[in-house]
Amino acid sequence: MSVSRRKFLAWMGGAGLSTAFGTKAYAASNKQFKGYPDTMGVLHDTTLCVGCRSCEDACNKVNNLPQPEKPFKELSVLDKTRRTDSKTFTVVNKYDNSKEPKNPVFRKIQCNHCLEPACASACFVNAFKKTKEGAVVYDASVCVGCRYCMVACPFNIPAYEYDKVLDPKVVKCTMCHPRLLEGKLPGCVEACPVEALTFGKREDLLKIARERIRKYPEKYVNHIYGENEMGGTSWLYLTGVAPEEIGMREDLGITPAPNLTSGALAVVPMVAGLWPVFLTGAYAISKRKEKIAAEEQAEAVSKAVAETNTAAEEKLAKALEKAAKEKEAAIQKEVKKALEEAAAKAQEEDKEEDA
Amino acid sequence: MSETAVKKIFFRPDRSLLTPFNITVGIIMFIGLILTIMRFTGGLSAVTNLDDNYPWGLWIGFDLMAGVALAAGGYTTSAACYLFGMKRYHSAVRPAILTAFLGYALVVFSLHYDVGRPWRLPYPIFYSPGTTSLLFEVGLCVALYLTVLFLEYSTAALEWLGLKKLRNIIYKLTLVLTIFGVILSTLHQSSLGALFIIAPSKLHPLWYTQYLAVYFFISSMFAGLSMVIFEGSLSHKYFHDKMDETYLKEHDGLVLGFAKGASFIMAGYIVIKIIGIAMDNNWHLLGTGFGIWFLVELLGFVALPCFLYAVGSRDKNFSLIKKASLITVLGIVLNRLNVSLIAFNWYLPLKDKYIPHLGEIGLTIFMITIGIVAFKFIVTHMPIFYEHPDYKDSH
Ligand code: SF4
Ligand code: SF4
Ligand code: SF4
Repeated sequence: MSVSRRKFLAWMGGAGLSTAFGTKAYAASNKQFKGYPDTMGVLHDTTLCVGCRSCEDACNKVNNLPQPEKPFKELSVLDKTRRTDSKTFTVVNKYDNSKEPKNPVFRKIQCNHCLEPACASACFVNAFKKTKEGAVVYDASVCVGCRYCMVACPFNIPAYEYDKVLDPKVVKCTMCHPRLLEGKLPGCVEACPVEALTFGKREDLLKIARERIRKYPEKYVNHIYGENEMGGTSWLYLTGVAPEEIGMREDLGITPAPNLTSGALAVVPMVAGLWPVFLTGAYAISKRKEKIAAEEQAEAVSKAVAETNTAAEEKLAKALEKAAKEKEAAIQKEVKKALEEAAAKAQEEDKEEDA
Repeated sequence: MSETAVKKIFFRPDRSLLTPFNITVGIIMFIGLILTIMRFTGGLSAVTNLDDNYPWGLWIGFDLMAGVALAAGGYTTSAACYLFGMKRYHSAVRPAILTAFLGYALVVFSLHYDVGRPWRLPYPIFYSPGTTSLLFEVGLCVALYLTVLFLEYSTAALEWLGLKKLRNIIYKLTLVLTIFGVILSTLHQSSLGALFIIAPSKLHPLWYTQYLAVYFFISSMFAGLSMVIFEGSLSHKYFHDKMDETYLKEHDGLVLGFAKGASFIMAGYIVIKIIGIAMDNNWHLLGTGFGIWFLVELLGFVALPCFLYAVGSRDKNFSLIKKASLITVLGIVLNRLNVSLIAFNWYLPLKDKYIPHLGEIGLTIFMITIGIVAFKFIVTHMPIFYEHPDYKDSH
């Protein structure tokens, strides 16, 4: 990015207009993208979470979402495993604790704000963008509603307004990006009464997380979920039990989503470049074959014609010859006959005269 | 066209309108219309069972994924005839192009029901292109290919309309259009599979491989060939009177040739599917429920018709070939549904699985019916199965 462009964007940002910094497409290139350097994030320490649903409540308020059927104080909601939906950016779920069966584990779910988001690389109108602040934001003004982002997200986060007719949107946590730009904390982080959520620079959060694991090795699993999953996420988790046990997939791998598809995309120019050459070649070969076949055929035909011609001529000549011979013979025969007749007549006349 | 001509075409006085065919079509159209109104007044939730875990349902899985594969007959037939010099298949090109054109047109039409804001469908191409997305590639190629198919098909329509000049101009483009069509088909047939490469954690490992794009492309070839055979045998039954001698004479050879070709490609496909399992070392998964389902797909719907095709083309057994083509067509549908729906989110408990809504099924039938009616109208009026007398020998 050139200095002037940087300046321009900063200027735009100053004007309060910049929500989108991550405009460059990394997906189809071979370059490795390590995320924006000062990206922010949230560390969710599930060992501290008490399942009070304060974060859900706060999220609902700061984002002006519709009130849920049951109030946020109602903890019986936790008995069922839920996911985010079109009216909920975040949910807290309760899981059995294999270590201490008496104390269930609570985990908050929301968009993990991937460093290289699958949703953004999947969207065919660039509706999703990774901002340099860390949030992955969505622009409803270009979204077509194909829902490929939902297919792509490895964490099953984006939800959709299936009941809207004219303006259905994809819905997910924004990391409170508008609040971040105002210098405020995300609503959920601010509301958490036990500091199970920590907001900060992702780098610093990783340090904090490592420090906690080092200090209390018996309390934590030695794994910061989100550090490398799918190439890393802005939202990080510390757990006391295996992440899999509290509904977090451990088989996602560390390949960022855009890298998964870059191979398939890279084939496109090759096909577009090579196919015409190949196909025209195939056409030329078949044309040439046809041409040769046609030439051969023509040759064969003319040869056959010539052969028949000579044969016919010969036959004709023979026939003529024969006819001529026959004619001659006929004439001779006639002449002979006439001569004989004439001779016989003369003889008869001679006899009469003699008589 | 004059009004009487229109009347003659649409309401033939010599025939009763109340044929069983017309009545069935009428009922389906009526239901389709009601469902359409429901969809565009109540949103997707009014007529679908789509949810946040299954953003794609029957319309994407069947109408788009299977539909595009089955419409592959267009590029396979025209490539065989014009590029690879199999001129003896010439009379099969028009029906195949028509089927493909209608198929793609319906794919795009049904997308208007599926996406949230259909009027923005041109956005990815003209307004805000997301070039890192495989869906972008699919969209661009499908849009372009639909145009190509329209032009390829249009010669028949222009002959019917008697617009000689325009027809001859477009006819001259045949070769270019064919090459363009093959490129576009290669790209989008494969990218339809590649769409799922971004979701390794969601698709069952037996179906998820880096080769998904190759699988989709290769299978589109025998899907197309089989569809030409299958559709040809149906047409023989219902539109026999429309077919000229050339078509009828060439048809048997075409069926044998295509059956043989399909059999070869399917054998290759089986090999690369096995390579796919070997590369990811997924042998142990074959013993699971999904593994058995995978084997049903591969053995029952690929290996079996592959064998039937081989035997059928050797023995010139047309009824066997017809059966093989039907199994292959069903197999392609099964494969596309497996990838997009059945093996997708395979780890979800059964209660969270997607089962299509009656409205989705109804609208799918509605789409197919529109296709059949359009096909019927076109082949009864335009030179598809026969050569237009004015354009004989122009090929
Ligand atoms: S968690 Fe899902 S929705 Fe959130 S940024 Fe990552 S891919 Fe996108
Ligand atoms: S639904 Fe909208 S945001 Fe999601 S991929 Fe489609 S166009 Fe992009
Ligand atoms: S960051 Fe903001 S939008 Fe996201 S869960 Fe917290 S409060 Fe909700």
